[in-house]
Amino acid sequence: MNFSEVFKQSNQLCRVSPDGKYLATCVQYRLVVRDVNTLQILHLYTCLDQIVHMEWSSDSLFILCAMYKRGLVQVWSLEQPDWYCKIDEGSIGLVSSRWSPDGRHILNTTEFHLRVTVWSLCTKAVSYIKYPKACQKGIDFSRDGCYMALAERRDCRDYVSVFVCDDWHLLRHFETETQDLAGVEWSPNGCVLAVWDSCLEYKVLLYSLDGRLLSTFSAYEWSLGIKSLAWSPSSQFLAIGSYDGKVRILNHITWKKVTEFDHPASINNTKAVVYKEVERKPVVGSADLSIQQHITMGSTLFNTQSKYEICPLPVQVPVVKPDLDRANPKVGVSSMAFSSDNRYLATKNGGFQVQSVTWHCSGDSLILLGKEQLCLCYMEVGEEEEEDDDVK
Amino acid sequence: SMSSLRQYSQSSVLPLPMTRNPYTMPTISAFCTEDNVSECISYINREVSSLGFPLLCTESNNGPELNLVAVLNNVYNLLQLHRRCLQTVEDIEVEQVKSNSNMDYLQLSNTRLKDQLELSKRENTGLLERERQLQLKVKSLHNCLKNEKEEVQKLQSIIASRATQYNHDMKRKEREFGKLKERLNQLLIDKKDKKQTFEVLNYVGRSDGKRSLWKTGKTEARHEGEMYKTLLNDYDSRHKDLLMENAELKKVLQQMKRDMVTILSPRKPKDEVCDSSRESLELSCEHAREQLTNSIRQQWRRLKSHVERLDSQASLVGERANMNAIPKEVHEEEMDRLKLEIQQYKDFIHTQQQLLQQQLNSPCDDETASLLNDCYMQEEKERLKEDWKSFEEKRKNFEAERRNFTEAAIRLSHERKAFEEDRATWLKHQFLNLTPFGDQMKPQMSKSQSALSGCK
Repeated sequence: MNFSEVFKQSNQLCRVSPDGKYLATCVQYRLVVRDVNTLQILHLYTCLDQIVHMEWSSDSLFILCAMYKRGLVQVWSLEQPDWYCKIDEGSIGLVSSRWSPDGRHILNTTEFHLRVTVWSLCTKAVSYIKYPKACQKGIDFSRDGCYMALAERRDCRDYVSVFVCDDWHLLRHFETETQDLAGVEWSPNGCVLAVWDSCLEYKVLLYSLDGRLLSTFSAYEWSLGIKSLAWSPSSQFLAIGSYDGKVRILNHITWKKVTEFDHPASINNTKAVVYKEVERKPVVGSADLSIQQHITMGSTLFNTQSKYEICPLPVQVPVVKPDLDRANPKVGVSSMAFSSDNRYLATKNGGFQVQSVTWHCSGDSLILLGKEQLCLCYMEVGEEEEEDDDVK
Repeated sequence: SMSSLRQYSQSSVLPLPMTRNPYTMPTISAFCTEDNVSECISYINREVSSLGFPLLCTESNNGPELNLVAVLNNVYNLLQLHRRCLQTVEDIEVEQVKSNSNMDYLQLSNTRLKDQLELSKRENTGLLERERQLQLKVKSLHNCLKNEKEEVQKLQSIIASRATQYNHDMKRKEREFGKLKERLNQLLIDKKDKKQTFEVLNYVGRSDGKRSLWKTGKTEARHEGEMYKTLLNDYDSRHKDLLMENAELKKVLQQMKRDMVTILSPRKPKDEVCDSSRESLELSCEHAREQLTNSIRQQWRRLKSHVERLDSQASLVGERANMNAIPKEVHEEEMDRLKLEIQQYKDFIHTQQQLLQQQLNSPCDDETASLLNDCYMQEEKERLKEDWKSFEEKRKNFEAERRNFTEAAIRLSHERKAFEEDRATWLKHQFLNLTPFGDQMKPQMSKSQSALSGCK
């Protein structure tokens, strides 16, 4: 395996373009665009302030750079390097900025979530959407990019608005039976919208594209509820991860639970395979080694070798008891990811230092990203189990 | 009479013919008669003296003299004794009555006490039962209490976490509110409201290349239409999937039904086939669906009972097999032995065959064959020679023996002849010596002689 030289970046802003040709990184207030294969710098753009958020447009032609403190958004073009676009939100401030699916509109959310402004790069048209809700996931675009679901709150009630991304026409607007709507997510086929409540109430509502309530699901009352949600790629299953450490799977025909997965502290299931990372630190040599040897040893000293061993069952998962007195405690299923072939579901339960779990599009492997480390897991063909995240 | 009295005196008990009732006076006619007066007197004297009374009758010179005073005294004493006895008897009777009544009373009280005891025992068991039930109740109430306590604890923790969450949210909202207020203040002070601006070098084309349209009613309708189309497409595909799944499942069920039917009745004619074809035509019909599921259930029940029967049969066979376990072992041994024997015989036959082959194969060489033949002939000759020799020997022996016999016979005849001649001469001599008429006898002698000589 070859490694390139190390490049600087700030704010973890490194994105490969959707067409896979370019790599964009941000260094303070500069935007650097490189060729993915040669890593040669193709373009260099300078923004007015430190870039806090950077995003490629869906067609890989434009890059959006947002500077929230200044309330600025600058858009750069790859085709025309001297093209520019600057959006200044002014006094109203900026908390979030993102592309629309067609790559020609920018949605800016103002400070205090006063409104969402839809800026167009094609026309002078500007759209305003009032009362967007500040929650875990208030906006979601359908996978085909046709529709946008937006959570709203007015008069102490939750609403969902469905917009047609084509011309930002409000297709549907309906109230939801939630106490405090926490998020919206389209199913991959774009026909069902899952709406879930805040953790104080376990409730998932399923709405059809035309705004009809299809079903409601609530596993239990009173205890802290839903922490994360994930659709299976075929839209057949909806996985709900909750604070009780369980994942419940609903089926798309009856919207009833088909199964639930637990994350026990002790793994006993004979069908489970547990991999444990074992670190091996190299032995430090004696003092009368030459300088040369010290130098070569030095590089290995800092590279602790680690390998994965299969642990014999039963395995005790090391659990750090989280502080339950704090809000949003580090318990429960915080992230889930289906593999693209619908076969596997990766879940993270508890306070493990894994920030994201992403599957490869083939469904054969997944990347676990920690704060300072990453790990690639390759699935063996023929295994049909859910894999739990037990990596340190 | 003496003997009868002795009979009486020897026994200690007065063997008078007594009636059943001891209180009636016994007839004393048999005791004393004219004959045994003295014996009676002495007996009575003995008895009364043993009682401490004066003697009835004393012996004097003139015979037994009855002492009237003594008699009267004795009678009186006896009467007193009797009266006393009667009194005693009466007293005893009274005592007995008393004790009978006591006993009755005691029995009565005993039964009463027994009943009381029984009652108390029953009460006791009842109380024990009640106590046990109450203990159970206490235990279940303890459990309930424990559960309730746990529930309360759980609810308390839930309340606590919810309160934490609320407080956190409240603080967040308050902070936001504060920021809002500050911003508002700032804006009021500033008065300069920085408006939103949008600068762009030039507008770019749409990603799909089309020109953007005005929002009109038509576009709205179009959007509605597209939305419904999407939904309908989704429903269509799902409907198709479900239909396919249904058809697959129905096929599987029908296959299962057919299999079950064939398993349960393999010899029945295939009249079920037309049934299934009929069913396939009306797949969507509710009635047909019900029919299918009902028939599947029926067949499954039959199959289940069949399998159960087979299971029980198998277990029986297993038992029987266990019973034949011992003869089976013997059978095995027998088999092994026979096999061994067969092997041995086979080997034997094999060796025989080999030898025979050798035999047949070896006379390929004439010389050796003739030599061999000669050898065999020689052997035969030798044997024959020996036989002849032995025969000759035997013959010689026989001849010798015959010669000996003949010689012996000749000798024997000679000896007999000699013996006869001697006998004849002796007889003649004797005859001649015996008779007085020596001359007359001469012709007879000559006859005898001639007779004798004829005997030669």
